[in-house]
Formats: sequence, structure tokens, C-alpha cells
Amino acid sequence: MAIRWGNYRTGDFYDELIRAANKPRPAAEQICKYLRNLSDKELEEYKTAASTAIHVMGITFTVYSEEEGSIDRAWPFDIIPRIIDKKEWLEVEKGLKQRVKALNMFIDDLYNEQRILEAGIVPRSLLDASKNFLPECMGVKPKNGVWAHICGSDLVRDQHGTVYVLEDNLRVPSGVSYMLENRHVMKRVFPDMFEQYNILPVDDYPSQLYDMLCQLSPRDIEQPEIVVLTPGIYNSAYFEHAYLAQQMGAELVVGSDLVVDDEDKVYMRTVDGLSRVDVIYRRIDDAFLDPEAFREDSMLGVPGLMRAWKAGNVGLANAPGAGVADDKVVYAFVPEIIKFYLDEEPLLPNVPTYKCVNKDERDYVIENIDKMVVKPANESGGYGMLIGPHSTKAEREKFVRLIRRDPRNYVAQPMLLLSTAPTIVGTKAEARHLDLRPFILSGEDIKVTTGGLTRVAMRKGSTVVNSSQGGGSKDTWIVDMEGE
Amino acid sequence: MLSRVANHIYWMERYLERAENTARLIQVNTHLLLDLPRDVTLGWEPIIDMLSFRDTFYENYKEADERSVIKFMVTDTANPGSIINCLAFARENARIIREIIPSEAWEHINNLHLTAKADGQSVLTRRHRFDCLNKIIVANQTITGLLGGTMLRGEGYAFLRLGRHLERADMTSRIIDVRSASLLPDLSPEHSAFENIQWMGVLKSLTAYQMYRQEMRIRINRSDVLEFLLTNEQFPRSLIHGLKQMGKCLKELPKSDEIEKQVDALADELSKLDTHELMQSRLHEVIDDIQQGLLNIHKAVNAQYF
Repeated sequence: MAIRWGNYRTGDFYDELIRAANKPRPAAEQICKYLRNLSDKELEEYKTAASTAIHVMGITFTVYSEEEGSIDRAWPFDIIPRIIDKKEWLEVEKGLKQRVKALNMFIDDLYNEQRILEAGIVPRSLLDASKNFLPECMGVKPKNGVWAHICGSDLVRDQHGTVYVLEDNLRVPSGVSYMLENRHVMKRVFPDMFEQYNILPVDDYPSQLYDMLCQLSPRDIEQPEIVVLTPGIYNSAYFEHAYLAQQMGAELVVGSDLVVDDEDKVYMRTVDGLSRVDVIYRRIDDAFLDPEAFREDSMLGVPGLMRAWKAGNVGLANAPGAGVADDKVVYAFVPEIIKFYLDEEPLLPNVPTYKCVNKDERDYVIENIDKMVVKPANESGGYGMLIGPHSTKAEREKFVRLIRRDPRNYVAQPMLLLSTAPTIVGTKAEARHLDLRPFILSGEDIKVTTGGLTRVAMRKGSTVVNSSQGGGSKDTWIVDMEGE
Repeated sequence: MLSRVANHIYWMERYLERAENTARLIQVNTHLLLDLPRDVTLGWEPIIDMLSFRDTFYENYKEADERSVIKFMVTDTANPGSIINCLAFARENARIIREIIPSEAWEHINNLHLTAKADGQSVLTRRHRFDCLNKIIVANQTITGLLGGTMLRGEGYAFLRLGRHLERADMTSRIIDVRSASLLPDLSPEHSAFENIQWMGVLKSLTAYQMYRQEMRIRINRSDVLEFLLTNEQFPRSLIHGLKQMGKCLKELPKSDEIEKQVDALADELSKLDTHELMQSRLHEVIDDIQQGLLNIHKAVNAQYF
């Protein structure tokens, strides 16, 4: 007998599956029973089956190193799913739709009338200092007023069970392919569990993405030409770019495959000559998108792409400049943003956030830095942040200096006690911290993935879940418990 | 199909074919040396000349002895045409189009490169050489089979075959050229019997010996070997076969009329040859023309599609 739930310790945290020693939450009862009945050997077999499936399916992310060039690594996968009751999930989904709707209205407003600045809800200085605000986008009106067509919002749960939005990724959020592939792996490994549970499917995403991208086509034709623009094989998310292109039946292109002509139309170079491109799902950051408009040294982008987009000759998802709302300082204003545009109370709370740009809040942060998580405004992937309780004195002093030098660039949040879920370590289940990244598609309507990508910090006690920093993932089950 | 993708498919296959041909060439030369009398030194230098690497070689090595040439041709990363580099380039091309080619093919190409990198050194001793090179040849044949058995018959497959046949024709012409020129020019009468052994070597480096026997049914001699390798349409490694195949591939591609004409013209020229009348100096000119023709076809393909 491998897993004894009586020995499983949840500590001070909220555990997603286990309420208290030996007491699974209702939605997790069956899986806990199932796992309890497995022998060590069977558990090993399931683990091997999962890693074999991952290897065979070629699910990787790429790490680049000077000595060895690029290496594809399999992303650690845990076979115990994270389970959420559908009833709870529907509430979260509503909150996400509300949030993304407001964020898109906010971006559209910033690049057009700037009503929210006039009203003094968001300070104008914030915009002036924003790295992601692109003056080139002023006056552009993308279809349906949507700028962030694909958004990945990170959700966390604290010790009391409340779900918070930790951040919104509005530039080029990644991870959705792992969400889809994790489900395939689980179906291969635990087909019998899928018979016992009513698990909502996730595999609709590529066709929803395709439909949403089609809506962006400037030409009213049956089958617009959609391409996925990747920085190339050395990008850590290249697997995902190729995967999504494949799933949608779209061409996977790099910058040099595309060309913008004198009439500001975009074409791809094919063996049959130039062929018109209608919509680009770009997975390249704004700065590299168009050397004519932004970084001249960009080898990844397409000269003239901004011209073509502004002329309305090509759809870009996400729109350039959408990242202005993907900023940890703007994040702090999201509750106000929701109220301003929708006249609604936020359904999903923000994590309490101190803006170092305000003197009172800055002083509070510096005073309590050992209890805070300090984040720079424009970094992602867990880089450049300070986790107060786990930091050294020298690190804390360095961050105090950084905050004083550039207060606008930093926000701080109290250290959240992230929820945990049982994760296989050897042949035992131990509590590991996790988060959840659902993906929200905005076009003519808004769609949210069923669940999302659950990322797990595989190291004991760690709360850093990023794949580049030793995180892993789990399948996320939204289960319908009605009538159970 | 994207031009870039077509280009990668084309070069992936060219490099694979080149690696296999080089392996065959070394394999045969090793065997040939064992058959020749001790006082005839055929040597290894012609191998370098065949692949036009004379300068690069002498920049890195003093003497064209067996060990140096083999090292240079198989494991030396300073030689752009070494087997290990060809396989690395093939892999790099394959990696970029990993989603286009069947995934088993990618795995085999990746493996082939890894194994060659790990085992390459064993090629330096004659005893292990056969196994080592044979592994490369067989692995490449496996990949060819996999691609043929699973790839969609679209433009991608046409570019793949175009690359293969162009590379193969190029190598065949090089082997004929260098071998016929360096073929023991001053044979004393008692050594003349060895001339045929050498022509047999030429056939063998193109895996043509058995097929030659079946098709020509005559003793091995210069003009019949030349006829077989240059103008026999049935033999898959003959020059004319390669050109005909290239013509077929081009027919499947858009806007290929001009290039097809080039290929046809070269094939015409070739089929008019009477190999029995072909003196050595004239043969060299003919081969030069063919090589130039192949290069022009490559350039035309490059300009039209990539």
C-alpha cells in the first residue's frame, strides 16, 4: 500500500484535494480511494507510463545553454490531478470574463480617448513610465475593440480557500499546449478514472482559437490564411507554437517567411510565390515584431508589419501594445478599472498590492520587506523578484535600493500561503504548492478554457511554479458533481 | 508550402545522401586497397579530390595517409563535408521541420547523428571501420524507407527526392571523374589485370556491381562500366536515372518549366554519348559539363523556390 492519506500533512495551507488527515474533499474522494489501493509497484508503473507517454508524444520545452546549444526537456508531470468542482469553476469563469472584458476596454481606451486618465482613476504618470505602452498604437481601433485576444491569468488560492488573480498575461501567454497534452497523457495512463468521473473535456481550445483568429481576417473569405509566427526553434515555447499550428492546420512561420509589400499587405514566401496572409497569431514580443517600428536589430520580426496592421490589412493577435495592461502596477488598479468600465464589483479579487510609487505604500513595503513578495513591473517567468521570507539580508538590501531608485517599477504583495495538492514524491504523496493558469479567448464573445494549466512547484516548500525555474504541472479536472 | 520549409527538406536529404555516399566511398576504398599488390600505391588522396577538399585537407594535415584521410572525412568537424558534419547539418535541418516530417524519421535522424558522434572514433581502425560505416549506411536507408513509407506525396516529398537525386548524381559524377583519372595511369603489363579490379571498385562504391552483372552480363571493362553508370536508365544510381527522377520531381512542382528544360537538355546530352569512343580527356570534359549542369540546376531551383 503506497499512499496512506492518514499520513498526508496539509500544514497551514489549503489543500485542493484533502480537507484534513484522511478526509478528502467530496470531489476528490474517488481518486484518493483509487490511489490508496495502488501498490508501490503499480504506482511506479503509472509514473513510468506517464513519462513514456510524454517522451513519445514529444512534449518538451527548450532550454538554451551556451555549451550544449538547445536542449529539449520534458516538463515534470505529476500524475495526481488537481480537481475543481464545476460549481466553483463556473464562478471563477464569470470572474475571468468580467476581468478580461474590462482589461480590453481599458487598453482600447488608453490608445484612444483615454477617458480613465481624464477621470483621474488611473494616474497619467503610470502610462508615461510604462515600458509596454506603444505610442505607435494611438488611434488604432482593432475589431470588436479587443487587443488581448488571448489572455493567461494566473490564479492562486490562499489558506482560507479564497481564489485570487495573481497576474494577467496579455502579451504572449504560453502553456496552453501543456494543458491539452496533460489531458492526453492522463487519458492514456488512467482511462478507468475517466469512466468514474464526469470530467469536462478541454480539447476544444484549438478550434476555438482558430475561430477567434478567423474573426480577425481583414478579408471576408471562406478560409482566411492564418499563420503562427514563432521566434524559432530556440524559443522555450517552440513546442507550443508548433503544436498549436499543427492543431489548427495553420502554417508555422518565422519572420523571414513573411514580407510586407508597398501596399501594406502581408505575404508569405511559398514555393509557388507570394501568398497573402490574413491573420498572424504572433508569439514574438512587441519589441521584436517589426524592425521598422521598434527594435531595428530584430532578426525575428517582419519589417512593415505595423504599417500593415494599422492599415487594417492583417489581423494580429495579440494586438501590439496590449501589454500595457500586463504590468504589475496596472494590475493593482484592476478593481478600479472593472468598476469604471463595467460599473460592476470585481467577482475575482486581486491579491492586495502595494504600489511603491506611492510614498506611504513604499515606506510600508520597505519596512516589512521580509514579509513581502516584491515584483518588478515588467518581468515574467519569475525573474527579478524577491521572496521576502526566503531571502537573505543582502538580497533584501539590494531590493530596497532598487525600489528607491525606481519606485514606479515595483509593487509588493504580502506573502500568500499558496494552496497545495498531493504530489507524488518517490512512492509517497506530499503537499506541493500550485497555481492555475486558465486561458481566456476574446473575440466576438469571450471563452474560457475548462480549468487551465496547473503548475506545481516540485521542490518542497517552494512557491515558484515557472517551468524555467523547476516547476512541473498536473492535469486539471473540472468535475461535474451534480447528482453524485 | 513555405519556401523555407522546402529548402530545409531539400538540404536535409542532400546531407543525408552525402553522408551515405561518403561512407560507401570509404568503405570501398578500404576494401580495394586490400586487393591491390603491395607495390601499387593507390592511396587515399583521390578521395579528398573527389569531394574537392584538397585545400582544407592540407591546411589541417601533412600527409594524405589512411588515418588522416579517414579522420578528415568521417569525424573531423573542421571539414564541412565530413560525415559527422553532414549528419549534424541534416539533423539541424530536420529539427527545424520536425513537425513536417514523420516523427519517427526525426527520431532516426537524431539518433543517427548521436550514434555517429559517439562511435565515430572506431572508424580509424580497419577492423571496426566496416561496422561503423555500415551502421551509417543502413540507418540512412532506414530513414529513406521511413520517409518513403509515410510522407505525404506533396510538394515536400518532391523536394526531398529532388535533393536526393541531385546529390546522388553529383557524387556519381565525381567518383567516375576522379577514379578514371587516377586509375593507375602507368600500369606495367603485369599489373594491367588490376585495372578491372579498380573498375570493380568504382562499381562497388556505387553499389552497382551486382546490378551491373545482372544487366550487362559481360566482364568488367571501362567502357561498359561507364555506359552503365552514365546512361543506364534502369540503375537507380546512374546519372541518367538521377536526371530523369529530377525531371519527375520538378513536374510535381509549380512553375518548373524552365528548370525541367535544363534537366532534359542535360539528359539528352548524356544519352547521346558513346562510351566506347570516349577517351579519357574527353570523358573529363563531359563530366565537367555534367557537374556544371547539376550546379546550374541547383542554382535554378534555389532561385525559383527558396
